[in-house]
Amino acid sequence: MDFERYQRQILLQQMGVAGQEKLHNAHVLVIGAGGLGCPALQYLAAVGVGHIGIVDHDMVDLSNLHRQILFGTDDIGLPKVQSAKKKLTAINPSIKINIFQEKITQSNVAKILDTYEIILDCTDNFATRYMINDACVLMQKKLVFGAISQWQGQVAIFNASPLGVNYRDLFPIPPQEGEVKNCGEAGVIGVLPGIIGTMMACETIKLICNIGQALVDKIFSIDVLTMHSYTYGIQSNEAAKKLMPKSLTALEVTDYEAACGISSKAMQIDAEVCIEKVKTNGAILIDVRNTDELPKLTSLPCLHIPMADLQNSIDALNSEEIILFCQSGKRSFVAANQLAQLLQPKQKIYSLEGGILSFLAYTKRQ
Amino acid sequence: MKHSVLIFGPLTDITGQGQIEVADIKHTDHLMARLAEMYPAMEHQKFAIAIDNQIVNEVTEIKEGSSIALLPPFSGG
Repeated sequence: MDFERYQRQILLQQMGVAGQEKLHNAHVLVIGAGGLGCPALQYLAAVGVGHIGIVDHDMVDLSNLHRQILFGTDDIGLPKVQSAKKKLTAINPSIKINIFQEKITQSNVAKILDTYEIILDCTDNFATRYMINDACVLMQKKLVFGAISQWQGQVAIFNASPLGVNYRDLFPIPPQEGEVKNCGEAGVIGVLPGIIGTMMACETIKLICNIGQALVDKIFSIDVLTMHSYTYGIQSNEAAKKLMPKSLTALEVTDYEAACGISSKAMQIDAEVCIEKVKTNGAILIDVRNTDELPKLTSLPCLHIPMADLQNSIDALNSEEIILFCQSGKRSFVAANQLAQLLQPKQKIYSLEGGILSFLAYTKRQ
Repeated sequence: MKHSVLIFGPLTDITGQGQIEVADIKHTDHLMARLAEMYPAMEHQKFAIAIDNQIVNEVTEIKEGSSIALLPPFSGG
């Protein structure tokens, strides 16, 4: 081992040579090489974690660069895992980096997690987060969790105590896609994933070296706009246990995307087809926006059922064709896909592509 | 008796602020009902409730001076 490289941290009373050797022998998997994954990886590599796995199927995009600090403008269009491996090897050539350039799914998750002791969830969607959580519970892997929204972040460690507290103890049921905005919709300040991803790396080091007080069975929450931070204890939730797949075989056939309302059954139609369906086929047109949203649709008969109330209004949706719309077509597409699971097989559900904004632009042109 | 409630993440889009005051609540079901009255959109939101820095899963008593926080799930990474 390269003692000179690690001299400053070996000096620490809690670390020493023994701690450095623990880091050197550790196997850590980082899922998602994005905003959280980049800083986490950078520090895990620099401090000398000996075996690092990286999972990501994405390519570097210009809109990533304000927060995904392993990548530069020259990396745009290149696979993230490859650019990341190149940068991390340059930082520390003495560690082993294994890359998985694939989307992590219920079919490959067990195989990918297999040789790693600690998993870092740096992903950006609920379907993947719940799947990783469940896999870690079933495979008894420690899970370092981080998530961000706008100016706020959360860090937690799951499945690392005899209690085995996990993400489902906090939020038993996955939110539906669209119910909680992601960074692409809500925005995020560039430095926030840097702070949270670095905290995840720090918690990982503490877990590996068994030092200090890691956030085991706790969730840390910070608002970087006010610098207020809080730590909350998490307890086992009996009701949540029932929602977990019982085995890896059961996990493999769990449709996490459908549980988050992503599976696509709804079709998108444009304004012209929409008008035709309402006027000739008697399709029901529904505005799923909140009641105070403008502009209103006046040229066609339509119902107002905000997205959150749709599932309770299913009995009123007795037409063979149902068309949902919102402002831009995004929420209505999500709602249409959720509703598709509940309707009769002969019923068809559509979402107005581009929403009322496209619709009004079309009718203005006519 | 009033309790102040810390609100995190996108829930502040509904309340308009990161801290609100809620009057006359004795347990977490009271809290949920009062929140739904004050902010109807809250009824459909998913969040965990922390009482005195502990996430609670069952109906829990809220004492005078207890701290309350609502934590929604974040997906961003």
